[in-house]
Amino acid sequence: MSDKAMSETSAGVRPRRWTIWLPLGVFAAFVALVLIGLLRPADHTVRSALVGKPMPTFDLPPALPGRDGLASAVLTNGKPHLVNIFASWCIPCRVEAPQLAELAKAGVPIEGISVRDSKDNLLAFLQENGDPYQRIGADDDGQVQLALGSSGVPETYIVDGKGVIRYQHVGEIRADQLAMILQKLDEAGR
Amino acid sequence: MKRLLLALTALFALTAPALAQQEQSTAPYAYRQLDDPAKERTAKALMETLRCLQCQGQSIADSDAPIAGSMRSLVRERIAAGETPEQIRAWLIERYGDYVSYAPQLTELTWPLFAVPLVFLLVAFLLLRRRFTLRRDALDVAGDAPGDEA
Amino acid sequence: MIAELGLAALWLAAALAGLQLLGGALAQTERGAALGGVVRPVAVVQGLLALFAFFCLIYVFAVTDLSVKLVALNSHAMKPLVFKIAGAWGNHEGSMLLWVTVMGLGGAFVALIERRLPERTMLATLAGQAFVSLGFYAFLLLSSNPFERLSPVPAEGQGLNPLLQDLGLAFHPPTLYLGYVGLSIAFSFAIGALVTREVGPAFARAMRPWVLGAWIFLTVGITAGSYWAYYELGWGGWWFWDPVENASLMPWLAATALLHSVGVLASRDALRTWTVMLGVVAFSMSMVGTFLVRSGILTSVHAFAVDPERGSFILALLAINIGGALTLFALRAGTVSEGTRFAPVSREGALVINNVLLCAILGIVLFGTLYPLLAEALGAQVSVGPPYFNPMSALFAVPMLLVLAVGPLLRWRRDTFARVGKGLVIPAMLVVAMGIALVAFAKVPLLPFLGLVLGVGLAWASVLPLRGRNLRRLPLAVWGMVLAHFGIAVALIGMSSESAFSSEKLVAVHVGEITQVGPWGVKLDRIEPIAGPNWTALQARLLVRYGGDGKVVRLAPQSRTFWAPPQNTAESALLTRWNGQLYAVLGGEAEGGRWQLRLWWKPFVPLIWIGGLLIALGGLLALMGRVTTDLRRSVISDRIADRRDDEQRLREERA
Repeated sequence: MSDKAMSETSAGVRPRRWTIWLPLGVFAAFVALVLIGLLRPADHTVRSALVGKPMPTFDLPPALPGRDGLASAVLTNGKPHLVNIFASWCIPCRVEAPQLAELAKAGVPIEGISVRDSKDNLLAFLQENGDPYQRIGADDDGQVQLALGSSGVPETYIVDGKGVIRYQHVGEIRADQLAMILQKLDEAGR
Repeated sequence: MKRLLLALTALFALTAPALAQQEQSTAPYAYRQLDDPAKERTAKALMETLRCLQCQGQSIADSDAPIAGSMRSLVRERIAAGETPEQIRAWLIERYGDYVSYAPQLTELTWPLFAVPLVFLLVAFLLLRRRFTLRRDALDVAGDAPGDEA
Repeated sequence: MIAELGLAALWLAAALAGLQLLGGALAQTERGAALGGVVRPVAVVQGLLALFAFFCLIYVFAVTDLSVKLVALNSHAMKPLVFKIAGAWGNHEGSMLLWVTVMGLGGAFVALIERRLPERTMLATLAGQAFVSLGFYAFLLLSSNPFERLSPVPAEGQGLNPLLQDLGLAFHPPTLYLGYVGLSIAFSFAIGALVTREVGPAFARAMRPWVLGAWIFLTVGITAGSYWAYYELGWGGWWFWDPVENASLMPWLAATALLHSVGVLASRDALRTWTVMLGVVAFSMSMVGTFLVRSGILTSVHAFAVDPERGSFILALLAINIGGALTLFALRAGTVSEGTRFAPVSREGALVINNVLLCAILGIVLFGTLYPLLAEALGAQVSVGPPYFNPMSALFAVPMLLVLAVGPLLRWRRDTFARVGKGLVIPAMLVVAMGIALVAFAKVPLLPFLGLVLGVGLAWASVLPLRGRNLRRLPLAVWGMVLAHFGIAVALIGMSSESAFSSEKLVAVHVGEITQVGPWGVKLDRIEPIAGPNWTALQARLLVRYGGDGKVVRLAPQSRTFWAPPQNTAESALLTRWNGQLYAVLGGEAEGGRWQLRLWWKPFVPLIWIGGLLIALGGLLALMGRVTTDLRRSVISDRIADRRDDEQRLREERA
């Protein structure tokens, strides 16, 4: 039915408005965009926006009896520090432990922030994996972690002698990254 | 639906199991409401617009991730202390960048987000006006005649 | 053995799709016309082979054949049978097989029963369907083979994500896929019509039931997914504007627009190019959504790896299918006339306005979903979430709802507001009364306020088309429209009420303690351990009572621990009353032997999904109405033809 209506093509007039090409144009833009996304997958790591800025002030109580807690004031003593955010419940932290031990052996001052942890678990963790830390502050509520712009555990910050954050390392420090970390420390020390 | 669908996606992607996490945040206001209902409402509304940094696809208002708990506690404590939601949002953006806020801020990077709806509004208006003004005079004359514009 | 059979069936089906494409394309030329005869039978066999392959996959999952890699990675012998079967499509490869199966069956169905259009258009349509299918067969066979074997065979499978071990998985993906892929039929129809330049009411009438069918499944699928997320995730949220959800919403918006413009084309022969474009866009949105989800391009790296190979493959498919279709559209649309004209105040006018507004919402959802990607390309991280999508879509949804209230009352071609104005007095009064009541008695934020106010007005206005009509003789399609529009009002009221009136209670209680949420008293009676087939759980026994003197009812939320894979889930417990739902979740243990409870009282929240189902039911009524009318029409025309034949024969005999 309605064959008449169906074949109503105006053969003579062929208006070509640019709007007809618009959907194709939008689609081409879409393809270009996702192609960029596919070929150059963006780094989805959420980094702290504080790199290059001073360390926020905080004063954490000791995580273990008999040890020093961690206050941001100690980070401004003129020497670069590593601030390592870790926890006993975090498996990558175990992977990272040998590298931290090596750094400590090389004389790098490492300060620890233990996030949402219990004393017993922390003690067991340090006995098992070694204790490279000069001080360990207990961030039980995770509030200092938030103040530092850290979104996971482990993370490591390199802070220069004036207390400015120079580098943030997200995830565990692997053996092949040790040289890079030492170099960053060196740069922070200059 | 999101987390379920992401769970589906997770299976498609065959990725490693999630890292072990502490089960719950112990921050004081992670799972506790403020006593003042008005402040709690304000805090809740803000939480719904902040992104959980670990799960990344959820707001901190509906996530069990420990860091979401810490963030909830942060929001509630600061609201209770009298800060405004926008101050807290700005504090978090200062640390995590625009990523942490589900409500895009108007910056030189995000203005198209706000311009595009206006453009759509304009286009919709023009499209309809064009169609209808064309129609009105054609209607009486042409009746059922085939149009010539596509 | 079964796996190899399934794989063989898939290869054969792919080959047949190639044959179907070739036959359909050659039939467009003078010399190849004879080849047209094979297209329909080939399409049917191809669909059946895909179905066979799908059953093979279900079989290997049902018997937990761990030598099949997909089963080993996604299943576990200890899982209940229903989740073993549903697990067949709870993964990338299996769901892609479901996709091609639905696509093949859709084509087979069209080939079997659709005979209203000129054969040449139909063959072009089936060729288009085969072309799209072929791409997805290639994707499945070359980069996502679901039947791949594994050696050595593991002793046990890795299990299915516990969040997916729910009846929702058995139901939600298949319905959604029927919708997504059902739209491929509309896409193929649009291609066929563009190839043969036959865009008119007959084309629209032929396409309409398929669009309706796909749209019904899409509606049910989204509704089911939303409810599943609501009860499974344990925080009471039902829509998050996540890319994955938006991927399902976008085809729905396009299909809704298409559904209405195809109606205008069928009954008024207007909006030809627009309808064809929407036919292309609707399925394109399905494919774009699938791409966004599968490529991992929009999800985060913490949980999911981007698979560039798979992503590139689907992107190439998209570029060929959508790019090709849109090019064809641009080349041919200029030669398709626009059709009949109409006045702004008319049924068509209202439908056009709503079409444009729906497309604007679609554009915003698409743009907002993709924007983080654009920002990434510029080197920044941005999140776009509910605080953006809610007001921006409301910007277009509010005028749309107003037009929705008036449009169905207008006559075709030309009408006046004066004629329909009287009918709208009551809904307008309802809107004002509701507005005053809300301002006076409750402090409600703007968006839920608008939702509630417009919701009650629309609920009334949506049934007005029934006024003055003989209800017994009213076509089913009209009933369908009224029901679907009423469903939108219902869902809108549910959403707004949830957002405006929910009360939340987070507490840590001792056993025996009583707490209060909204009008409910909740007592933690005891905590007990229980065991399921592949999990153990702590279960809270709650005694709850509505108001001061209601009946005491038991609720039992659980905190489950699955061991394959190891994961904890919170199983919420829901209690539905006519005026809302009580939502209870058991959290962890707090200090001092107390237990965390999360409780919500959500007034009228079930209306969201009831509304969604009403919308789908309206679609179903309309579909039944259309199909029976079409059938009756074809029976009548057959009868007329028969009679003509008889008369002819009589005349000849007499002669």
